[in-house]
Amino acid sequence: MNSSRIISADNDGKHIWRFIFSELKPKGKWLTPFNIISIPIILLGIVLIVIRFWKGIGAVTNLSQEIPWGLWIGFDVVTGVAFAGGAYVITFMVYILNMKKYHSIVRVTVLNGFLAYLFYAGALLLDLGRPWNVINPIIGNNFGVSSVLFLVAWHFLLYMIAQLIEFSPAIAEWLGAKRAHKILSGMTLAAVIFGITLSMLHQSGLGALYLMAKEKIHPLWYSEFIPIMFFVSSIFAGLSMVIFEGSISHKVFSDQISDKDHKAQRGIVHGLAKICTGTMFVYFFLQLLVFIHQKHWGLINTPMGYWYLLEMIGFVFLPMVLFFYSYRSNNLFLIRLAAILTMLGVVLNRLNVTIIGFRWDMAIRYVPSWMEIVVTLTVLFTEIWIFRWVINRLPVLRESTSFAKVKE
Amino acid sequence: MQLHRRDFFKVMGATGITLALGKELKAAPDAISKNEFHGILYDSSRCTGCRGCEYDCSEANNLPEPIPSKEIKGPRKTDETRRTVVNEYNTSKGKVYSKFQCMHCNQPACGSACLTQAMTKTEEGPVIWRADKCMGCRYCMVSCPFDIPKFEYHSANPKIEKCTMCFDTRVQKGELPACVENCPNEALTFGTRRELIHEARRRIYEKPDVYVDQIYGEHEAGGTCWLYISPVPFKEIGLNTSIQKASYPELTKGFLYSVPSVFVLVPALLLGIQQATSKDKPANTSNHE
Repeated sequence: MNSSRIISADNDGKHIWRFIFSELKPKGKWLTPFNIISIPIILLGIVLIVIRFWKGIGAVTNLSQEIPWGLWIGFDVVTGVAFAGGAYVITFMVYILNMKKYHSIVRVTVLNGFLAYLFYAGALLLDLGRPWNVINPIIGNNFGVSSVLFLVAWHFLLYMIAQLIEFSPAIAEWLGAKRAHKILSGMTLAAVIFGITLSMLHQSGLGALYLMAKEKIHPLWYSEFIPIMFFVSSIFAGLSMVIFEGSISHKVFSDQISDKDHKAQRGIVHGLAKICTGTMFVYFFLQLLVFIHQKHWGLINTPMGYWYLLEMIGFVFLPMVLFFYSYRSNNLFLIRLAAILTMLGVVLNRLNVTIIGFRWDMAIRYVPSWMEIVVTLTVLFTEIWIFRWVINRLPVLRESTSFAKVKE
Repeated sequence: MQLHRRDFFKVMGATGITLALGKELKAAPDAISKNEFHGILYDSSRCTGCRGCEYDCSEANNLPEPIPSKEIKGPRKTDETRRTVVNEYNTSKGKVYSKFQCMHCNQPACGSACLTQAMTKTEEGPVIWRADKCMGCRYCMVSCPFDIPKFEYHSANPKIEKCTMCFDTRVQKGELPACVENCPNEALTFGTRRELIHEARRRIYEKPDVYVDQIYGEHEAGGTCWLYISPVPFKEIGLNTSIQKASYPELTKGFLYSVPSVFVLVPALLLGIQQATSKDKPANTSNHE
């Protein structure tokens, strides 16, 4: 009780719970196009989730004994987490390399990353057959330390905590808690260092999950270097997401963003495009090396081979050249186009490893059911709802509250 | 470089956390038990395809009765209602039968994949599944090269079904697995893996014209407790011959071994870079916020 009184005293004398309650109410218009589309899908998704827990996973998904992981793992978790990679890259640039230029996008990127982990890793619970046992690897019933999934599970949990600490000063500002703000800000660097290390390991870990499925994945996508590929591609996947999300946020939430930050955006996007070019070149070169070393020339002239070429040339090489050209010519439109192409390429790559190339030789292929897609959209839309709620209330895009700014 | 008291504590804190977790995440596979693994030798030249083992298996494990032989069309796979199947193959030497079930690998992929050790290799040899630990993630199914663990997709409380070599119900009490005990043609032999390999070799040497000179399971997937000998090449009786000789957990070993070193080296490197890049600022403003 005592601490809540201190916080409430900071917050213009308002009682803390009354303040939070008042913030829960919706702000602004209700009937926006996004709401009209997302509300029915979310309601339908909730019904499907109830059916899934009542009748079993088979009632809503097209999964089979041979293909046990489908859209919910391949897209929601594996692809979603790659796109959340922006958070560790941006915090690395701002807090470790001290590139102050990117400071204004740290909070929104970390928030995005945190929500992505919360929802996409949370979506994992829908895919677990026996979700009530989900705490077993945490409480030691048992510690399956030889499992890559054990590492990934622990890292998801720890990284979510690290991201929450990185984001917590914004929460403290929102609640007007000066002392908490000071303490939490002091923990940022430790959380960042810890978070980057965790990210390196679990971004690659998601690829390492598939190492034991050696004969099940098409040889053009399977190599012992999957973990490294997943890690390197998470860098430009995350940054492309930052560029994409930034261009939308600057339109939708333009009232939140100061003129100074608005002008800085161009320079930020420009810088990110440069980094994307570099990392995509490394990635493309690594893929080329693996391809040449594995001597898979014979596989190129097959349908899967053309598909592989489309991914590598159309969605890695082309956006890489586009990034290079657009940052040289300082063309913001082309940078955004390159970012979108890159994102499509990452989706394609992750789905090729996890779904399309997985058991490519089977007579009956896995195609996600419409219900799996609706549940995926439900997860995605709910995340955007929460994101919007936070942006409209917490100092994320907006400048920090006065007491927090003095310190900088 | 000037190191402030506060910075020092930060460094020590970060190092401490790293070391503590580094230990926990160490991922060496458990040492192989000194006890001998037990297994089963299946001789497909002796099997007459009576499917008695299928019936005995479902009775012993409370599964639905197998479908009658006349309803069978083509080779079947095990599923969540049957832990073993016997298939008929038209081969270069006429009709030959083959029995499928879990191979009980010496170093099982499913067991190393399982993050709760619900799927585990017992010291006696059988690979078993434990309901109170399993969270139903199905990573064992993704990893198993033989596609053995089967999941009850249409249940709100789904189980993983697979052959356990009757470990809990019979083998632990000193009885034979149900399929072995009731096989009328002695196509199945239970024993230690070492004895079974000797026995398989003896049969091959004594009748070289009957058998193919190979034991399936001796080296496949790093060795399995279930062993096969056959009068025809194993490919002809539906066995997966693209299985690698090394064990499957070996494939993730390199990645898992790198984890502790990453956890020690990367934070130190990051802190070093952070200190180096903030050096150009006056010492009294070296706070990072």
